[in-house]
Amino acid sequence: MATVLTPDDLIAGRGGRLVRFGTFARRNPTFVVGMVLLSLLVVASLAAPVLGTKDPIAISVMDRLQAPSEEHLFGTDMMGRSVYSRVIYGGRVSLIVGLSVAFAATAIGLVIGLLAGYLNWFDTIIMRVMDGLMAIPSILLAIALMTLAGSSIRNIIIAITIPEIPRVTRLVRGMVLSVREQPFVEAAIASGTKTARLVRRHILPQTITPLIVQATYVTASAIISEAYLSFLGAGTPPEIPSWGNIVAEGRAFFTVAPWVVLFPSVLLALTVLSVNILGDGLRDTLDPRMARRM
Amino acid sequence: MFAYVVRRVIATIPVMFVVAVFIFLLLHLGGSDPAAIIAGDFAAPEHVERIRERLGLDRPLYVQFVDWFAGVLQGDLGTSIFNNRAVSDLIVQRLEPTVALTVSVIIFAVAVAIPLGVLAAWQAGRLIDRMVMVVAVTGFSLPVFVLGYLLILGFSIELDLLPVQGYTPLAEGFWPFARHLILPTLSLGLIYVALIARMTRASVIEVLNQDYIRTARAKGLATPSVLLVHALKNAAIPIVTTIGLGIALLISGVVVTETVFSLPGVGRLTVDAIVRKDYPVIQGVILVFSFVYVVVNLLIDLSYSLFDPRIRYER
Repeated sequence: MATVLTPDDLIAGRGGRLVRFGTFARRNPTFVVGMVLLSLLVVASLAAPVLGTKDPIAISVMDRLQAPSEEHLFGTDMMGRSVYSRVIYGGRVSLIVGLSVAFAATAIGLVIGLLAGYLNWFDTIIMRVMDGLMAIPSILLAIALMTLAGSSIRNIIIAITIPEIPRVTRLVRGMVLSVREQPFVEAAIASGTKTARLVRRHILPQTITPLIVQATYVTASAIISEAYLSFLGAGTPPEIPSWGNIVAEGRAFFTVAPWVVLFPSVLLALTVLSVNILGDGLRDTLDPRMARRM
Repeated sequence: MFAYVVRRVIATIPVMFVVAVFIFLLLHLGGSDPAAIIAGDFAAPEHVERIRERLGLDRPLYVQFVDWFAGVLQGDLGTSIFNNRAVSDLIVQRLEPTVALTVSVIIFAVAVAIPLGVLAAWQAGRLIDRMVMVVAVTGFSLPVFVLGYLLILGFSIELDLLPVQGYTPLAEGFWPFARHLILPTLSLGLIYVALIARMTRASVIEVLNQDYIRTARAKGLATPSVLLVHALKNAAIPIVTTIGLGIALLISGVVVTETVFSLPGVGRLTVDAIVRKDYPVIQGVILVFSFVYVVVNLLIDLSYSLFDPRIRYER
């Protein structure tokens, strides 16, 4: 068993780089496949203009509802637009929304969670608010926000971020409360460490790992939410091709032209799957304790 | 026991209150004029004014809230801007398909996920376990409409076994009713199966490591008896908690599923309200769904004492 390295060895940097990667890939084939997939999707949406795409919003009435062919790789939709081009450009919306929501929800949740873990009066109030927020089904909350705020990418990011905040807050607060009980923190307090330094040096480093893992899951869930909202007509403005919008438009023609719905659906599922695989991989690698509990 | 129930019921009041305040404030948080938003971009100023008066938006905020909240407590959820009907009536009218779908998903998911989870825990680390976990990760990653359209393509279009979409009320016979629910249940159920199966597996594995399980085995109890009587019962609390929290996921999924399969339920009502900017309807639906969520989780909280009598005596 000497050549088989554990995730801990990888972090500690034991073994040569290639050997390490080889071992890791053998032990986690799904992780490697997921990462390759995710990288392809990211590169594809970044390099969309040079991937043989046509103008994703160019209407061509003559080419309506064409089945996939050499000319139109994924077929065309009811306005004769290339589904391939729309799907590739649509990936940009998913990635922007997914990453922005993950960043915003994590940052806001971190601040609120730290404060709640530290200030008792704030804790009592804010956790009631978070409980209430969690009781509102997230898609409905986002629908209400979008109906009031109007459709734009910025508003979508805000509408999806708000329902994601409580989960991050609870995670951070829980970590702070448990770290605070540990002897090394007590020792730090006893030796007169100031609160700000305590948080920076002792509490934050402990919360960062579960937070990164959580942020990955938030990304996956935000990508799904954006697709749901667009699909329901409360999401990305209809003139921007996003996967949810493409599916929503193809809905009425599903029985005659299923490809309009299927291609964005499959890409959406693969993207979410690979982000979730990344999350599971990070969880297992960065936080073996948490992995064992799952 | 009575004191325990009362304490739990009282504990939900602040949550419900926060939900109500939040839903009420949503309309005013945008910073812009709610009446103008509801009226739409091309509304005449008189029209905006009419909406403002209709909704009482010209009064102070706290007066509006007290008035609205008193109404909500009496079951008055406001009036639709689109067709002037009471929101509560609109919701009641659309309730059957939504309740039917939700109940069938819960039954399906629990019936599939718990055996799968127990099986995976028993076979932890082996092939069956890994297969169950693959199903779980896939279930989390397949958006409801993706699975829905794949199922429609396979079972309705290619094989022509089940209806593409639509709904038949239970009053018109069980089989026509059930036929229309099979695909929606499968589409919406998978994510819930994934959630419950994963928690069942984790929870049962934890219990299987306990000393009393070893004792049960040592005294010669058969494996099914150990797994079901000893392990599953003691692993039940996290599992039912997950079932309850998962209701939130289910409610979001219901809206999408009803749209995919054209079920005339509360979800469809919401989606139609988006197009019409019928905000009172959206507000009413959110309030009702949040209330259901809180009540279901209260019931689940109370059910803990069935699995673990010690809980009744806790402070």
